[in-house]
Amino acid sequence: MRRTCFETILKLQKKNKKIIFIGSDLGPGFMKHSKDKVEERFFMEGVSEQSVVGISAGLALEGYSPFVNTIATFLTRRAFEQIVIDLCLHDLPVKLIGNGGGLVYAPLGPTHQAIEDISILRTLPNMTILAPCDANEMKNLITATLKWPHPIYIRLSRGDEPLITPEKRKFIIGKSVIIKKPEDCLFLTTGIATRIAEGASKKLYKNHKVKSGVIHFPTIKPLDAKALIKCIKRAKKIITVEENILSGGFGSSILEFCSDHLKNHLHKITRVGLNNSFVDDYGDQIDLLKKYHITENDLVKKMLIFKKK
Amino acid sequence: MNKLFHKKSLAIKLDNRSKYLRKLIIQSLIGGGRGHMGSAMSLVEILRVLYDEFMNFDPRNLKKENRDRLILSKGHGCLALYSILADKKFFPKKTLNSTSKSGSILGGHPEYLKVPGIEASTGSLGHGLPIAVGMSIAAKIKRKKHKIYVIVGDGETNEGSIWEGALSAAKHKLSNLKVFIDYNKIQSYGFTKEVVDLEPLAEKWKSFGFDVSEVNGHDVNALRKNISQFNKSKTNKPSVTICHTIKGKGFYFAENNPYWHHKNSFTDKEIEDLNNCLI
Repeated sequence: MRRTCFETILKLQKKNKKIIFIGSDLGPGFMKHSKDKVEERFFMEGVSEQSVVGISAGLALEGYSPFVNTIATFLTRRAFEQIVIDLCLHDLPVKLIGNGGGLVYAPLGPTHQAIEDISILRTLPNMTILAPCDANEMKNLITATLKWPHPIYIRLSRGDEPLITPEKRKFIIGKSVIIKKPEDCLFLTTGIATRIAEGASKKLYKNHKVKSGVIHFPTIKPLDAKALIKCIKRAKKIITVEENILSGGFGSSILEFCSDHLKNHLHKITRVGLNNSFVDDYGDQIDLLKKYHITENDLVKKMLIFKKK
Repeated sequence: MNKLFHKKSLAIKLDNRSKYLRKLIIQSLIGGGRGHMGSAMSLVEILRVLYDEFMNFDPRNLKKENRDRLILSKGHGCLALYSILADKKFFPKKTLNSTSKSGSILGGHPEYLKVPGIEASTGSLGHGLPIAVGMSIAAKIKRKKHKIYVIVGDGETNEGSIWEGALSAAKHKLSNLKVFIDYNKIQSYGFTKEVVDLEPLAEKWKSFGFDVSEVNGHDVNALRKNISQFNKSKTNKPSVTICHTIKGKGFYFAENNPYWHHKNSFTDKEIEDLNNCLI
């Protein structure tokens, strides 16, 4: 997903002179050998996230379309005030790409695990939040962001996720995607949790003959209200799934939506995600997803129990 | 520190133009009943020389491509900026009476798109310089000749983001960028020397790759010469001018008095004193 993201940006840069790429201190040789690199609009500014976001705001004020990239926690925690003021208050079309959203940097510990990025950015006026589920979606998403006139946070996952998105599917910001036809049991998902829910849905049918749908929300903010109203009204049991803390995350946004628009349906929804605590283990992303019960088998179990209630 | 900039040298007499702009600041202060008085009075001459003599701008065409950009990174000094913008007809002078009041376009910190002539919303410190660096890079990419000026407070240089921005400015050889430091030596809590000493300030900026100069920030001739040199300079470095100033300049009771950094009310006597100083 990561490589696809940057290659797409660099390719677009060649055609579109407004596109700027600013990184902080990415890995050695990052895109060094790319033939598409446009030197004049490619910046690596060092470990200075606050300034990097400010610089991107200055460039956007001058009509450029900057993509800013670094590790998700450094971007959303360290440069939070710059995101609030320089980008959101000015409502500028800067694209923030956070590497390692969720538990990707599992072995590096809690300083690197972006478990609350969705929650904190969701509170910001003018901010749009995107969490693609795989590289194909990422590729189409990048192109779509160019016409979006507001700040965007793009949560990048690991890079080798199985592809569930058709290569040519058009990405529309603010629109959800039906991965599996909605049934009485329904998973509402975002990011890589979509693939986990899709697997769970298959197992539910295969092993328990329970049909379930999966709707993927690559845009966490603004939510696809039309699709939500339709699917929430129709479903009987809904589980939201995310690789983020439950406080203020994707599931919370669905509950808030329901509380505002579909009060009588609130009881249908339960959430799966990370508890509001720092991760206290290492290993890899899969190990931590297991530890925190965000796996296909956990979702199967959860849906079967929830269904009976 | 250069002796030239000691208190005595800075006690320069204000001419009518400087007094007039201060009158407009008082109009805002009294209109809103509050404001960063001391912080505005120290930077009047910097703004005056820039807008009167150097900057290319058009109040009827705010987005003119080749306009010079000015960002007041120390946003709390905005009453001075409002005063010169009103004087240059970016908005009517009577608007100053509404400063900080409900429904006004003029707040306690300047806002982009709300106030004509404001290039970026500032207020939280340490934001303006990185934004200005982005604008300077944009001008370089576009091969445009306009300048980017940014006014930074002395206390504001406590912020790490100022030094991050400075590193990038030097890296990209932003010779179109000029930073003014309003070095009035007082921040909110008290004297900068006591809160966190900035000295040796000039050496710090030099070591960060800037072309550094120091002036009496109330001496319009010195400022004129300084900006003129910047405009003619062939250096490939960004520039910083440390402007030695007096907080509350022009008002004997407020000068170098930390209690006049910000006021949220004025007595009748204070209003009378403020007006009397400008006669």
